[in-house]
Amino acid sequence: MADAVRRRPAAIKAVPVRHTGRWVAAVVVLAIAAGILYTFVTAPNLKWDVVRHYLFHRLILQGVVTTLELTVLAMLIGIVLGVVLAVMRLSPNPVMSWVSWIYIWFFRGTPVLVQIFFWFNLALVLPHIGFGIPLTSIQWQANTNTLVPAFMAATLGLGLNEAAYMAEIVRAGLISVEHGQTEAAQALGMTRSLVMRRIVLPQAMRVIIPPTGNETISMLKTSSLAFVAAVPELFTRSQQIASATFEVIELAIVASIWYLAMTSILTIGQYYLERYFGRGSQRGLPLTPLQRFRRMLVTFHAPPPAPEELPVLLPRGH
Amino acid sequence: MSPNPMVKAEAVHKSFGRLEVLRGIDLEVQPKEVMCMIGPSGSGKSTFLRCINHLEKIDAGRLSVDGELVGYREHGDKLYELRDSEVCQKRSEIGMVFQRFNLFPHMTALDNVIEAPMRVKRESRAVASERAHKLLERVGLADKVNVYPNHLSGGQQQRVAIARALAMQPKLMLFDEPTSALDPELVGEVLDVMRGLAEDGMTMVVVTHEIGFAREVGDSLVFMDGGVIVEAGNPRDVLGNPQEERTRSFLSKVL
Repeated sequence: MADAVRRRPAAIKAVPVRHTGRWVAAVVVLAIAAGILYTFVTAPNLKWDVVRHYLFHRLILQGVVTTLELTVLAMLIGIVLGVVLAVMRLSPNPVMSWVSWIYIWFFRGTPVLVQIFFWFNLALVLPHIGFGIPLTSIQWQANTNTLVPAFMAATLGLGLNEAAYMAEIVRAGLISVEHGQTEAAQALGMTRSLVMRRIVLPQAMRVIIPPTGNETISMLKTSSLAFVAAVPELFTRSQQIASATFEVIELAIVASIWYLAMTSILTIGQYYLERYFGRGSQRGLPLTPLQRFRRMLVTFHAPPPAPEELPVLLPRGH
Repeated sequence: MSPNPMVKAEAVHKSFGRLEVLRGIDLEVQPKEVMCMIGPSGSGKSTFLRCINHLEKIDAGRLSVDGELVGYREHGDKLYELRDSEVCQKRSEIGMVFQRFNLFPHMTALDNVIEAPMRVKRESRAVASERAHKLLERVGLADKVNVYPNHLSGGQQQRVAIARALAMQPKLMLFDEPTSALDPELVGEVLDVMRGLAEDGMTMVVVTHEIGFAREVGDSLVFMDGGVIVEAGNPRDVLGNPQEERTRSFLSKVL
């Protein structure tokens, strides 16, 4: 053993290849980007002090809060209903499967803008909404406009539409889990719902989370369609101010800065959620953004899936 | 024959579409017996094993475990299908080990073993963990308790899978080619665990290609081909002095 160690040659120390092309390309791209940015920043008619003034304006901040509320509620409806629809779609009961199919077909097949519009104007067709059980005196009724205010109309429109997309995402996740997992769980005496909750869904999460993060980011921006229902969210607020002051572009920039900030935070959140559900997977955990940035600065190339991060297959016990 | 066999099959038939996979299987497995089933792939031995815990439904014949029909209740001369919950209850008394291990990859070795006792039998974590630690120690993995399956070798994974099945304290263990997916040098460690189980008096039905294991550990041997039992009996007799031509030609290829 000691012999083998002594005979081991020194580690290779070579002069690294000079990536001249990479440097040139980087400089060109940066120059173009800087040029575009400079043109905009110094545009004579763009009043940056207006942007600065409205960035933390009370109305804008209220709009940000409303946008977040809309996004969270609509995604909540979308995810919960989406899981239900996906499980229904895979159910052995043909009625369940068909109802789910038709729901997805309808809500994915019509524009979300039209759906929000529909909920907002529901009172035109149904001035009152009520429930009752036939052949009994049990009845309940309410005015549609009090039952479905503008905020609710937008939330419903966005959420019900999202559910159709989430259903397909969840279904893809569920069928990605190997059938052997279900069999092994069944062989242990686990019931159908237990198998779904404890074995299949947690594994499907790894497949479900990335596109769901995508959907959430998309929802944050799509929520601006609540404009048509006059819901005072970020975009509506900025346009209300703009229509009074005529500073249209400045307020669009204000709104954009806030949307960018919120999506950035969501991106980071998604990243850590993925790390959590990736536990026990074949690959090692991905680098955190900070680690990735450091590595990029050192090596000047995009980080490959670092081999030293892969878990070493442990040697046989005995 | 004994009045209370652990597994009793009478003329069991099973088809997948138009393909008849089992064409009349008759056999009995006595308590504490180790029965090995060999045969070419596609001969129906894995399907028969899966029928025993109702992962597959039989089409005709009678199949019972510990005196109770699999998947049905008999009342008068009518058969009634069991509810899902009743099927689950019966399955929980039968352990099964798969060719591809099928450990739950999002759980550590310990969590894999305590999952069913806690969720199905509603044992407390303390009770389930205590037994799980003993079982993992018994299969030689006391140091891998908190490791995820993907960080274990194939042989280690299969031993966790055996511990997982044993955690339900089954009265019968089914092994579906437990060593076929393993690298040759890892086969021994799994067979050793199975040999230990047999010595402790576990009733086992083992579908396998390990002729050596069948000869040394098995109490009985069944050779299947084309959905029927071609030859059955004492392993030494069947392997040493096969009566049927098909058995001879199969053995000449695998020995």
